[in-house]
Amino acid sequence: MVTKRENPTELVPLLRTMWLIRAFEEKVSALYAMREIRGLLHLGIGQEAVAVGTCSLLRTDDYVFGGHRSHGHAIAKGADINRLMAEIAGRATGYCAGKGGSMHIVALDAGFVTATGVVGGTIPLALGAAFAAKEKSKGQVAVVFFGDGAGQAGAFHESLNIASLWRLPVIFVCENNGYAEFTPLSSHTLIERLARHAQTYKIPSNTVDGNDLLEVREAMTKAVQHARTGKGPAFVECLTHRLRGHYEGDPAKYRELSELAEWKEKDPIARFTRELKHRKVVADKDIAAIESEARKLTEQAAQFALASPWPAPGEVASQVTA
Amino acid sequence: MREIAYYEAKFEALNEIMAADPTVHLINGTFLSLSPHRHVYQELANKYRDRVMSPPISELGFCGLATGAAMAGLRPIVDISTGSFIFEGWPQVANEAANAFSMSGGQTRVPVVFHLFHGLRGGGAAQHSASPQAMLWNNPGLEIVLPSSPRDVKGLLKTAVASDNPTIFVDHVQLLDVKGDVPENDSPIPFGLAHVKRKGSDVTVIATSYMVQRCLQVAERLASERISAEVVDPRTLVPFDMATLMTSVEKTGRVVIVDETHQSCGVAAEIAARIVESGFDKLKAPLRRVSTLDVPVSYSPPLEDYIGPREDRIIEAIRAVLR
Repeated sequence: MVTKRENPTELVPLLRTMWLIRAFEEKVSALYAMREIRGLLHLGIGQEAVAVGTCSLLRTDDYVFGGHRSHGHAIAKGADINRLMAEIAGRATGYCAGKGGSMHIVALDAGFVTATGVVGGTIPLALGAAFAAKEKSKGQVAVVFFGDGAGQAGAFHESLNIASLWRLPVIFVCENNGYAEFTPLSSHTLIERLARHAQTYKIPSNTVDGNDLLEVREAMTKAVQHARTGKGPAFVECLTHRLRGHYEGDPAKYRELSELAEWKEKDPIARFTRELKHRKVVADKDIAAIESEARKLTEQAAQFALASPWPAPGEVASQVTA
Repeated sequence: MREIAYYEAKFEALNEIMAADPTVHLINGTFLSLSPHRHVYQELANKYRDRVMSPPISELGFCGLATGAAMAGLRPIVDISTGSFIFEGWPQVANEAANAFSMSGGQTRVPVVFHLFHGLRGGGAAQHSASPQAMLWNNPGLEIVLPSSPRDVKGLLKTAVASDNPTIFVDHVQLLDVKGDVPENDSPIPFGLAHVKRKGSDVTVIATSYMVQRCLQVAERLASERISAEVVDPRTLVPFDMATLMTSVEKTGRVVIVDETHQSCGVAAEIAARIVESGFDKLKAPLRRVSTLDVPVSYSPPLEDYIGPREDRIIEAIRAVLR
């Protein structure tokens, strides 16, 4: 529901960003199917509300870290979709000149510090950015997105402990989508809610419906305020679901079709659209325009990417050390 | 010239670095291992209370913290202390810090220093005696530094902190009390400059870290037998100064490489390969490696002594290449 603090007209851009992420990833998927994009791809279709709900509350100079499923986080933080698409397509014009790819997005101009191909790999890095933020005393915060699979990694526990001990301005955003790669959470741990771990380390935490944009925003508003005002770390667990496989091409036989159908009903974009319509903030024609604008922009991004040159092989040696 | 101990030179560097740059933080150990000279660390820690951090025993956490802080503009120096413990932080060092500059297409700089003590230390056994620099050399993106003298530790530490790359500073506890000349107001020593520690004409002995000191003693002994050994210290593995080494190799035509990493795929193996590739025709005899044997490090003194690059093994290798 729309809370009192939310100004309805400020909510429309959030819908735009969710659509931009959805259209972008659907385009990536289509290009992958056409073999225009090759390489490991992990899409976050269905999880857009977490990225947008979180990043819409951040400043450009806040530090955001992601994981292997982070196209949406980068877009929500303000990354340029042309350079992002070019990177995923392995082109010289990409953010990382074709050296990073889908799992290793870096968009420093937008404050998206880095993603990682390693589950839990950026959690300690976010601690460091928070440590630097504290030193600089400009009220910056660090945010790290990770999945439920990271909650069983040592890096996660070491980081929660240090963040708590040193009161670092870091917000741990757990996208609990129920599956660690191909395995349901229940096969990996008896701890059903990862926010429980935050309690262990005395970090304030909240578990929210990650497919409800406004609920994510509300929890995140408190978390960001907490970190920004020097009170230390916060932890928000967002219950969500990816509507695709772990990677593009994953037949996802580990998931019941009924479960998928259930989550499709909870699609965060459809839910937020219904809410805005109910509030009479947008009409059907506005919604159609938002979607078609997103598709147009991603189409242009795809054209930019595919028209861009491949990196020259000799470039491999150009950025090994600074 | 002023003569001071290695540990004093090292802490002169740390003091000067901390005074000059407020973005430098020391994270974890004392940079002295178990050496009794704790007062130099304590004085530094008292002076820079807010910038000397003592994290829990969470190498993965604090190696990542330092890497992330470097990405965000600080210049942390992490003391991993016992070199074997870098394996606990390995994912952050080898997979995050080392790759970040390349993987970001040059957007991300990671000016972090990981300092550690490697090698045989007297009773460290298999889990406290690692020399991880060969594995790290197999991991592009890292700079690797191995000082061997008081002057070098001071000059190289300053360059390591100024570097925009993740740098592994490989130290050795047996060096801490070595004395040597360190001029006042000495300049930092650039990376990629090997140093001829002793001039000679019969054989080139390439040595790293503490082995430089051992080889200098060996060279002194052999001088009485009219064997003239030139001792060359690469000082940094990345970047690597091939030119200085080859100048010596071309002069002597005979090469022994002495290094404390294990023999297979070790530091000596890589240096040997490079010499053979660029100057096989300059060699008058097959080159020899003196490395730590390919076995886990044993605890008992006679066992530990046996597996390392012992003085008698070095002398035997030198005699062999001179035959």
